[in-house]
Amino acid sequence: MPEILKAAVPGSLLPYGLGRSYGDSCLNGSRELIDCCRLNRILGFDESTGMLRCEGGVSLADIINVFLPRGWFLPVTPGTRFVTVGGAIANDVHGKNHHCAGTFGAHVRQIGLHRSNDGLVLCNSEHNPDMLRATIGGLGLTGVIAWADLQLKRVAGPWMDAELVPFQSLNSFLELSSESNDRFEYTVAWLDCFAGRKLRGIFFRGNHASERGKDFYSERGPKLPFALPAWMLNQYSVKCFNAAYYRIHSAGKGASVVAYDSFFYPLDSIRQWNLLYGRRGFLQYQCVIPETNLAAFEELLDRIAGSGMGSFLGVLKQFGSAPPAGMLSFPRPGLTIALDFAMRGERTLQLMESLDEIVQKSGGALYPAKDARMSPALFEASFPRWRSFVPYIDPKMSSSFWRRVTGVRS
Amino acid sequence: MKKIVILGATSGIALEVQRLLARRGCELLLVARSAQRLAELQTDLQARGAEQVFTYSADLGAIQQHAAIFEFARRTLPGFDTVLLAYGSMHNQKDSESSVDVLLEELHVNFVSASAILTLFAADLERRRTGCIAAITSVAGDRGRRSNYVYGSAKGALSLFLQGLRSRLHPAGVRVMTIKPGPVRTPMTDHLPNAARFADPEQVAGDIVRALERRSPDVLYTPKVWRYVMSAVGQIPEGIFKRLSF
Repeated sequence: MPEILKAAVPGSLLPYGLGRSYGDSCLNGSRELIDCCRLNRILGFDESTGMLRCEGGVSLADIINVFLPRGWFLPVTPGTRFVTVGGAIANDVHGKNHHCAGTFGAHVRQIGLHRSNDGLVLCNSEHNPDMLRATIGGLGLTGVIAWADLQLKRVAGPWMDAELVPFQSLNSFLELSSESNDRFEYTVAWLDCFAGRKLRGIFFRGNHASERGKDFYSERGPKLPFALPAWMLNQYSVKCFNAAYYRIHSAGKGASVVAYDSFFYPLDSIRQWNLLYGRRGFLQYQCVIPETNLAAFEELLDRIAGSGMGSFLGVLKQFGSAPPAGMLSFPRPGLTIALDFAMRGERTLQLMESLDEIVQKSGGALYPAKDARMSPALFEASFPRWRSFVPYIDPKMSSSFWRRVTGVRS
Repeated sequence: MKKIVILGATSGIALEVQRLLARRGCELLLVARSAQRLAELQTDLQARGAEQVFTYSADLGAIQQHAAIFEFARRTLPGFDTVLLAYGSMHNQKDSESSVDVLLEELHVNFVSASAILTLFAADLERRRTGCIAAITSVAGDRGRRSNYVYGSAKGALSLFLQGLRSRLHPAGVRVMTIKPGPVRTPMTDHLPNAARFADPEQVAGDIVRALERRSPDVLYTPKVWRYVMSAVGQIPEGIFKRLSF
């Protein structure tokens, strides 16, 4: 790695993991990527404390497979386990437990960072603490994460006590969320984004089951073999899907014990699910809007419903108030919503721009890991202190996203 | 399957096989050239749950080192029940067309040295009347192709060797498994075009470990589709096949 970094031209490189970022934050158009997936060794594990040291290319799936049978789980996990530890740090990812555990970066005790000028740099709360805070959420721009110390958490076994509660308005969502956040480690809601202000959805909440239960291996799911034709996904088929999804889950409301994989990673069970959206693919939109500005949030939902371009899997979550772990961390107090929009060209982009206006006016932010098109102005509004991050960027690193949102050429 | 000797432990497929075996709490003896990489592997596999991980640094291509490897295995992992041969080399075919040295090296590593070391281990398992020998050959050994026939002929010869060995060891109750992967995304194939579309080493390793546990089949194609592909390729008449450039 030191040789690769030394030999490179300034601004030519970007570390790449499993490529699950939705936009161009993991791309480096017409420049080079460093494939980090084979840097996937476990370097040590302390069975008494749960402290794991592993290389940056180790996937979260790998960690679960190795350590869940021994009673350890990830402190924070995003909605897919097919991401690397390096990527989870670089995007400071969050999960359904943000309200009580904060982001992934909050559980990283220290890292070894390959820098093109200084070699392998140790970053923790004593040595280079600023470099650690820059690298958490730093989009891979501060260097290549060689290894990280990650604090795993004790769990009894692979099972979850889960509960489903249907709701019919934003207020009832907020009530559910605030009454659940003390009692449940994990909370999230699915939203039917065709319903607009009279919204409906399903609130999911859960805790790790206190009994070990039976061990199981999660199987490789079916795989979508090719891109579906674009016409199959239209507002009628998606409306039907959403209505059916709501009915089925409302009927199944109440408490049950479910496997961790279906609780955390429903989409991981269909390999290449992204091909559902056809050859033109889709755009994700994830924003956060301050809770003090619920009117803005309702307006956002109205615009999405009015556009008729909503999709399945609108995901809603109330972030907690934990201080950000990184300089460019996305999560902050407020409501966050994530939506998929099938790419229909100009129409889709225009809808998103009209959503941008609301986000910007409300004092909210967009999530770089899911963005492929936000304007430099919205990036500036989302991360007003990004300039203080710039000195930590490794001179050899750059990304398509970074060049786009900051307007720098190199 | 509890005590496994892996010859060529740093090969891309072996890496993933070892991780699955570690999770099952196996005892492993890893043989490969680089002492440093073996030490790193040892830590990784122990953290992943391997009961014991021993390492031995040696060049498997050097037949004079084989006796020492075998002795070390008998001493440190007495009663080993499985031997997995996972090393191989794939030069650019053009180089072995223009250089006899490269050609001989390719045949030596992939076939001569492989059959030599397996002969040592086979005699021991036959005497103990137990265990399993598994070796990674290749679908490239099923038919000689213009673009890759040197590697293919060495692997094909190894497949034939294993076939005979299987029959010889059958009365002693020793299994011999021939593993024929299609193209897999590993450091050995990084230089090939379309490498991004090759099979995942994790998937291939999963097939291998499952087959070792089930003690079946004798000849494993992985991913499975290659069994059908190669049986179709095998049907093409030679008169047509010789005109194909793949």
